[in-house]
Amino acid sequence: MTYTAEVLVYLKEGVLDTQGKAVKQSLQRLGFQDLEDVRVGKYIQLRINAENEEAARARAKEMCVELLVNELIEEFDIKVVD
Amino acid sequence: MRAAVVVFPGSNCDRDVIHALRTTVSADTETLWYESSDLPKNIDLIVLPGGFSYGDYLRCGAMAARTPVMKAVRRFAEKGGLVLGICNGFQVLTESRLLPGAILANQSLTFICRSCTVRVERTDTPFTLGCRENQVLEMPIAHHEGLYFLPDEEISRLKKEKRVVFRYCGPDGELDDSHNPNGSLDNIAGIVNERGNVMGLMPHPERASEKILGSDDGALIWNSLHIWLEKGGR
Repeated sequence: MTYTAEVLVYLKEGVLDTQGKAVKQSLQRLGFQDLEDVRVGKYIQLRINAENEEAARARAKEMCVELLVNELIEEFDIKVVD
Repeated sequence: MRAAVVVFPGSNCDRDVIHALRTTVSADTETLWYESSDLPKNIDLIVLPGGFSYGDYLRCGAMAARTPVMKAVRRFAEKGGLVLGICNGFQVLTESRLLPGAILANQSLTFICRSCTVRVERTDTPFTLGCRENQVLEMPIAHHEGLYFLPDEEISRLKKEKRVVFRYCGPDGELDDSHNPNGSLDNIAGIVNERGNVMGLMPHPERASEKILGSDDGALIWNSLHIWLEKGGR
């Protein structure tokens, strides 16, 4: 069975998100004064052959730890869909 | 001195480093392809050059850090071999955890390509022993991701252990925000590992190793390595 893992990678709280800051300033300049904060991250889609959803999630997590995420500065969420 | 300069897909300062090593200290220099898992025999120094390895995809240096050659570089460093990472090479060293920290996008979010001045904070490393304490060196920087970052607790440890080798400064060595080109924490431009044999820095010494290039201050680094090795690595 092939599963799709959707990985969201974003900077940890406390790590300067210069992109988020710049985007926030631009949006506020465009009149979005109700905008509280912006964080910019990455979306990575993985297609994984696995026995079941749990196994696919475990493999996606391994990939995050080994390459996709730098855990010193980033956090991640994994969502697995069929 | 025998040196190897690693070439990753997208490296672009490898030939400049080879030229600088040959002309300044007559080093016997060869390139090392990123897919090789063995190092040439009897090398004293490995340089990870600047450039855009793997197109800077995912995170700068992330994929280069996981290539076969980096396993060999790690073994070499663990045995005390000298490793120097310049610009993208510095990013590869942090991504491979041979040096602490991470290098983020410049505060200005722009690519900065210009000359800058850095202050020598340590003169007891193999890379800087030919410099004077607090000497100001002029070398160019050329990067979009150069902001050195470490979480609070770890940065105080790094400072306490005197692991900062270069800090961005003004022409007279002043350390302040106006002379910090990229927003690096504590004006950090270069650091060493605990043992002192692995150094990473954002400025390019190879682009400032001859007077005709505007500055030859970068040659002090090659000369320091030469002196260190002549003295038998002490």
